[in-house]
Order: sequence, then structure tokens, then C-alpha cells
Amino acid sequence: MSESTSYHGQPLIKEPIWTWEIPCYFFTGGLAGGSAGLAYLSQLRGNEVLARRAWTGATVGIGMSPLFLISDLGRPMRFLNMLRMFKVSSPMSVGSWILSASGASTTLAALNAWTGRFPRSARFARPAAALLGLPLSTYTAALVANTAVPVWHEARRMLPFVFGSGAALSAGAAAVIATPPEHAAPARRLALASAALELASNEVMKKQLGEHGEPYQRGAPSKFSHLTQALIVSGAGLLLRRGQSSRGAAIAAGSMLCAGALSARWTVFKAGFQSASDPKYVVEPQRRMIERGERRGASRRVSQVREVQLDKGSPATAPLPLSGS
Amino acid sequence: MSPQLETVAWPASYGEHAQPRMGFFTDTSVCIGCKACEVACKEWNQIPMSMQGFTGKSYDNTIDLGADTWRHVAFIEQKAPARVVEKLPTDVTDGASLVDCAARAQAVEGGVQTYQESDGFRWLMASDVCKHCTHAACLDACPTGALFRTEYGTVVVQEDVCNGCGYCVPACPFGVLDQREGDGRVWKCTLCYDRLKDDKEPACAQACPTNSIQFGELSELHERAEHRLARLQQAGQDKAQLYLADGDDGIGGAGAFFLLLDEPEVYGLPPDPVDTRRDLGEIWAAAGAAAVALGIGLAAAVFGGQR
Repeated sequence: MSESTSYHGQPLIKEPIWTWEIPCYFFTGGLAGGSAGLAYLSQLRGNEVLARRAWTGATVGIGMSPLFLISDLGRPMRFLNMLRMFKVSSPMSVGSWILSASGASTTLAALNAWTGRFPRSARFARPAAALLGLPLSTYTAALVANTAVPVWHEARRMLPFVFGSGAALSAGAAAVIATPPEHAAPARRLALASAALELASNEVMKKQLGEHGEPYQRGAPSKFSHLTQALIVSGAGLLLRRGQSSRGAAIAAGSMLCAGALSARWTVFKAGFQSASDPKYVVEPQRRMIERGERRGASRRVSQVREVQLDKGSPATAPLPLSGS
Repeated sequence: MSPQLETVAWPASYGEHAQPRMGFFTDTSVCIGCKACEVACKEWNQIPMSMQGFTGKSYDNTIDLGADTWRHVAFIEQKAPARVVEKLPTDVTDGASLVDCAARAQAVEGGVQTYQESDGFRWLMASDVCKHCTHAACLDACPTGALFRTEYGTVVVQEDVCNGCGYCVPACPFGVLDQREGDGRVWKCTLCYDRLKDDKEPACAQACPTNSIQFGELSELHERAEHRLARLQQAGQDKAQLYLADGDDGIGGAGAFFLLLDEPEVYGLPPDPVDTRRDLGEIWAAAGAAAVALGIGLAAAVFGGQR
């Protein structure tokens, strides 16, 4: 293993310029996406009480999302430029379209669920919102994975499942808060199962990251990670024991689980900053890959020209005559 | 034209308007750290003032590339034993050390301008710049289309389109792009797109007094660089290396490539930069699979038990 070298300890890649709005959006986007699916399926099952509340959760999530995103832009007035193109190569572009379509269909479906208006359009809007909610919940993981930040990029296969679990967790927990316990059985099942999945998928991700996963072990990401575990474990425990009998307990448990899902997004967000800010997290894995012969790297010491013509009279920097190569 | 030089959008999408791919060959072995490139770049492109202060990091007070620094000169102070140079051709030296060579003004003939004194102190200097990658992660990540590939094969931000979403910032494997404070948009080297259109060379290249920054058609620069590398290797600089000169590296080769005298990380450059787009298929597949799994999970929760 090579010793770590750096240029005066300077980072090799830039930390993201994203601020607090972005992890909040990861949460609200997941909340909206998961809730829309929960609402639509509950309606199919005939649980209107739960469905209406889940549609509300979806609307709150989808309503706050663009506010967070626009507020984070360097030029908020130019937010419409997000829809200037459709680029599959840019998860942010794809996500902007998903969010826009999801926003329209979710709002329509929720309006119909509460007021009964627009029945014909709602018939299309409901399944559309539910379907769009699925990629809405996981594309944000693709977005951060598609960067040069090692702790995000190297987790690219697992990260969407972590975010998907988080979306299910926030949707289930929000529905547990808003729904009377006698109608909330599916929401409780969703919240409890996804709480377990959220914790498990995080551990799998960290394990798979191996040498890249160190940013999760220290500093802010580590603190957020412990907070996430505490919130989710205690929230799930409370929901399991008292969630069915006590509305108050259900609200408390749901709030803890929502907070846990938000904290889980902060953990991943903060880990990216830590991963980008220390040059060793960028250099060492790259260097090891080169030393193991898995990659050739970007340097070459052997010239493609064999004969060197030394032209004694000319300055060293002058274009050299080409030998017949 | 070698295939490695072709990008996705260039030259094909420009048809008959495509120009030869232009670039920089930065030969750090003759950089003297004068920072004329930094100044010329600032002046021509009217870049706002950057941090003014003393960093204590050798002579480097600009520290890195960013929104307000498009050329950045790195200063590296190294303890390296003064070696006896054996490989210099006999007409240049008789096997004396670099110090002796320099004393006899022969280091120039050998092509080495890094200063090395008898106690073994070596100074490396290098002017860094946007690499104008063949596979540019920033360009692919940009959701607005503000970043585009020019007819010269370079990568430029359109400041009237950029909305400051910041996606290109962590996408760049070199940390080149950054957001300008108080402006909100992202800025970087344009390879003097405006000057190129007037058949002028970029300001930094024109200002460089030692020709450390060479501008020209990329194919021609590659030929020049190969000869330079061969010559330095023969002069005993066994760590001399071409960086980003090949199409089979992680970014498909660069429009701005370098001759370095030590490993890239010494200069603050990643040894194996990779365009994240390479893994995007895998990333989308995982996101899709997770979306399907979420759908199944939701259905199981709703239908798998009492109502």
C-alpha cells in the first residue's frame, strides 16, 4: 500500500455546494413517493381513511420538495431551466421531470380523494402518482451516486435501496401519525418492515463500501448514524408495543420514525462531504487499484517515441523534430 | 485523427463547422512558477479577485482551481536526494549530478528546470487548468444544458443558462468547477473560447514565458509531448510521466494534458480520475430495481394482512 501523498493536504475534488435543503428534499421526495403508492394501494384495498391521509402526506411532501430545491439553486429565478432539456445522462434532469409529473398527478389525486372533484382525471392521476412515486423515491440515490464523491459513487448499487427503504419508512410513519390506529394497520406494517430494512440496508452499504466507508465511522456522519439508529429502534419499538392501542403513542412513534428517516438522509449527505474533503479518501483507493493492476491510471512513463533527437542548439522547449515513428 | 480524440458531441454534431480539437500541453518541467498564466487568465476573462492572503503553503496563495481561479500554479517543495544522473547522453554530461549540470547550464539541454541543490531540496511547479475531458462528467451531469461541447472539442459553461444547481461540482473528478460567491453560478476555464474564435491562443498560453503552457491542435501536442517525455526519461528523470494523454484512461483522455515529474497526487491531481457516466448504466439499473422493490414492499404492506 502506498503512503498517502497530497498537495498541502488540499482536497482533490470539490465538496458539493448543496446546503441543508437537499437532504430535506431527499426526505420529502421519499415521503411523497412512498405515500402516493401507499395511498393508491390503500384505495384499491378499500381503506379510504388511510388512503386520504396518505394522499395528504404525499401532497405535503411533493409541495415542499420544489421549495427546497429552488431555494438551494444559486440562481433560484432560473429554476425553469431545469426543464429546458431532458437528459438521461443527468439524474438531476430526469428527476426534475419525474418531480414535475409526480407533483401534478399527486395534487390532482389528493384533491379528488378529499373533495371528489375531477373524478375522470383522477382516475389516471392516481396510478400515475403511485407509479411515479417509485422512481421519485430512488432517483435521488442515483443522483448522488453519479458523482466523483467516493463514498457515494462506490455505494452506487446499494444506495437506491437505502433511499427506497427510507421512502417507505417515512410514508408509513407519516400515515401512522395521521391515521386513527384502527385504520392504520397497513401503515404500521409498512413502517415496521421498512424500519428494519432501512437499518439493514445501511449496514450492508457500509460493509460493501469497505475501504471507502471510513467517512461513516467518524465526525458528523457517525453522529447522524447513531442518531438514526436510536430514533428508528425506539420509534419501531414504541409502535410495535403501543401503536395499535394508543393514538398518542402512534403519533410519538411515527414522529420518531420520520425523524429517523430524515436523519438517515443527513447521514449519507454528510458522509459525502467528509469523503470529498479529505484527499486520502480519493487518492488511496485509486492508487491501490493501480498497484493491484486493476486499472492503468491516467499516467504513462514510457514514451511512444523510441529515438530521442537531441538538438543541442535549440531551447529545450522548442517543438522537437519528429523521428520516424 | 486518432479515435481517442473524438468525443460524443465533437466533431460529429458540428459537421462541416467542426474545428480541430484544441488543447493545452502543460510541460511542468519548465514551469518557473511566475504565475503569469494566472494573471493573464484573470485579466482577459475579467475574473473577480480571489482570496488575498498568505497561506503558508509554499508560494501558492490561490490554492486550487475554482470559480475565480481558472489557472492555478502549484508549488511543491520536496526533499529528494541529489542523484547522479547516469542516463544523460554523453554529449550533454559526463555523469555529473544535476547540480553540476545546472552549473554548467547543461540542465537546460537535458531539459530539466527543477531546482535541486546539494542538500537535496527540489522544487516542482505546475500550472493546473480545466482538463476539457473527452468524457466530461460535468457536461453529462448538467441538467440545464449550460455546459456544452464547443466546435473545438472544449467544454464551456454558458453563464446565461446556468442556474447554479451545483451538480457539476461534485461530478468533476478533478474538483475544477465551483460556484462563484455572490453570483450563484458555476464558472470554469473556457479555453478562451472567445479568443479561439478570433484565431488567438488562450491568454495563459500567450503569457507563459517558458512555453510550459503550449496551446495547439491536440494531435500535434501529443506528438510533441511524446518526444519531450522520451527526452526527460533519457535525461534520468525516471518519474517523468504524461498525465491524461491516453484515450484509455478513466476520462477518455483530456484536452488539457500534462507532463509531470512526479506522481499526479503530489501535484494535487487524482492518479486515476474516472468519468462517473461510465457507471451510470449500473446506477440507473440499481435505482430502477430499488423502485420496483419499493412497489412490491408497498403492495405487501397494504395487502399482506388485515385491512
